[in-house]
Amino acid sequence: MIPMHAEITQVVNETPSARTFFFDSSLGHIPGQYVMVWIRGVDEIPMSLSYPNAITVQKMGEATTALFKLGKGDSFGIRGPFGNGFSLEGNSILLIAGGVGAAPLGSLAEKAKSNNIKVKTILGAKSAEELLFKKRFDNAGDLMITTEDGSLEYHGLATELVDEEDLAKYDAIYSCGPEKMMFKVLNIAEGFDISSRVQFSLQRYVKCGLGLCGTCCIDPSGLRICRDGPVFRGDQLIGTEFGQYMRDASGKRVKL
Amino acid sequence: MDLTTNVTGLQLRNPTILAAGILGSTASSLKRVMRSGAGAVVTKSIGVVSREGHPGPVMIKTECGFLNAIGLANPSYHEFKSELEEAKGEVPVVASIFGRNAEEFEEVALGLIEAGLDAFELNLSCPHAEGYGASLGEDPNAVENITRAVKKAVNVPVWVKLPPLTNIVKIGLAAQRGGADAVVAINTLPAMAIDIESRFPVLGNISGGLSGAAIKPVALKCVYDLYAVLDIDIIGVGGISSWRDALEFIMAGASALEIGSAVYEDRGVFRHISDGIARYLQERGCDLEDIHGVTVR
Repeated sequence: MIPMHAEITQVVNETPSARTFFFDSSLGHIPGQYVMVWIRGVDEIPMSLSYPNAITVQKMGEATTALFKLGKGDSFGIRGPFGNGFSLEGNSILLIAGGVGAAPLGSLAEKAKSNNIKVKTILGAKSAEELLFKKRFDNAGDLMITTEDGSLEYHGLATELVDEEDLAKYDAIYSCGPEKMMFKVLNIAEGFDISSRVQFSLQRYVKCGLGLCGTCCIDPSGLRICRDGPVFRGDQLIGTEFGQYMRDASGKRVKL
Repeated sequence: MDLTTNVTGLQLRNPTILAAGILGSTASSLKRVMRSGAGAVVTKSIGVVSREGHPGPVMIKTECGFLNAIGLANPSYHEFKSELEEAKGEVPVVASIFGRNAEEFEEVALGLIEAGLDAFELNLSCPHAEGYGASLGEDPNAVENITRAVKKAVNVPVWVKLPPLTNIVKIGLAAQRGGADAVVAINTLPAMAIDIESRFPVLGNISGGLSGAAIKPVALKCVYDLYAVLDIDIIGVGGISSWRDALEFIMAGASALEIGSAVYEDRGVFRHISDGIARYLQERGCDLEDIHGVTVR
């Protein structure tokens, strides 16, 4: 499909480094699915949908820098939604979000709440002002906050609070954030022997979004982040490249 | 039904081969394709130095196929050697390579040969990287010289992938003169799309190559014409997505078939095509050799 024309209707400064770009059409999607966002003349990048009609973006490289220059009335192209998304299961769930990794989990929390699923969220960021979607998680259920600089609530890493949880009591656990954080979550889940109950949203270099070019395949399964993922269960990730390395745009392995 | 196919001396368990540029960037991915039934796999094209490729969009689905301009992204042969070593498995592994000239092709071939691969496919046909691929593939002298240089340097079969030119037979003959063991026809056709809202070309590289159903009749004609003239094996590629398509190519003279875009709809396409071919042959009480090139009189 040719990218859909999406006009920006509103830009929200969520944190000093993350902005939400609302656009003029709502996409039927499963939380955790992503779209390929085409910043014309620059590049095309994969972004989780943070609402049916929005992406929440952290300024990282050339494409996101160009995106940050766009405002209301400007436009970009969109292909998708792509990927599998999170599978909502059980009656009581735990969300573990780090930094801008909270982007796809906000709408998952809201979907869970509307399905009468009990939601608890552990939300971590570098500082209080970098906490993304605090209100959305708070409205959806219990919220525990961690900040690396101690500027709000627990002083430390999100995984330190995860360590204190009885993970076995949750029907399902969902995690998105820095891979080191997610890898630690997987290790903790393995200790409870519940790794298959944890769903992780992975980030890799996604180019085609169609499952054809092979850039985003993970070792050793060869599963494609863009089409078989981006959400994988913990048991699919044990003994893989997850937490160890990823590949750059050329396909070269880069240690995490 | 036995579908064992001999292509340039390689024994394939069936005539379906993963085409270059599709799911061929890593050993893990190549092995997953092997598990899904391919008779052989071709890697992503590998060059002398690492390349990130073109800016996106690098690939889009159109109403009649796919447009791509990946831009020869690859980690260089130095980095890729270990992937090739790991990729060794149940079926032959063919390394697709590219370069600016005979020297670069030779360097990449020599750099990868120790990894223990089964054949090389020379990319003389990529339509979206200036100075590479089709820029060389449209010149019979360049094709002959590059083929000869690689043939001289290595002791495994060398396949030459051709661009879909109107004078494809001339280029095929040049590859044969250079010592090619097979030609692979065809690569994608130069193509583009425009976003009428923004008026931008959709591909980051402005234009790229068209693959998929739209190019099947074009590819079939190329195979047909090549088979009438060449003495070496012909591997058919371009829009093959069903066993019926595959049979058409075999009847036009293809010894084996490469499959790329069809993986989008069906990751099990290799098995589905070989099963279909087997059924067809069984029902008619014939074998692959009976129908090979049968339409070319």
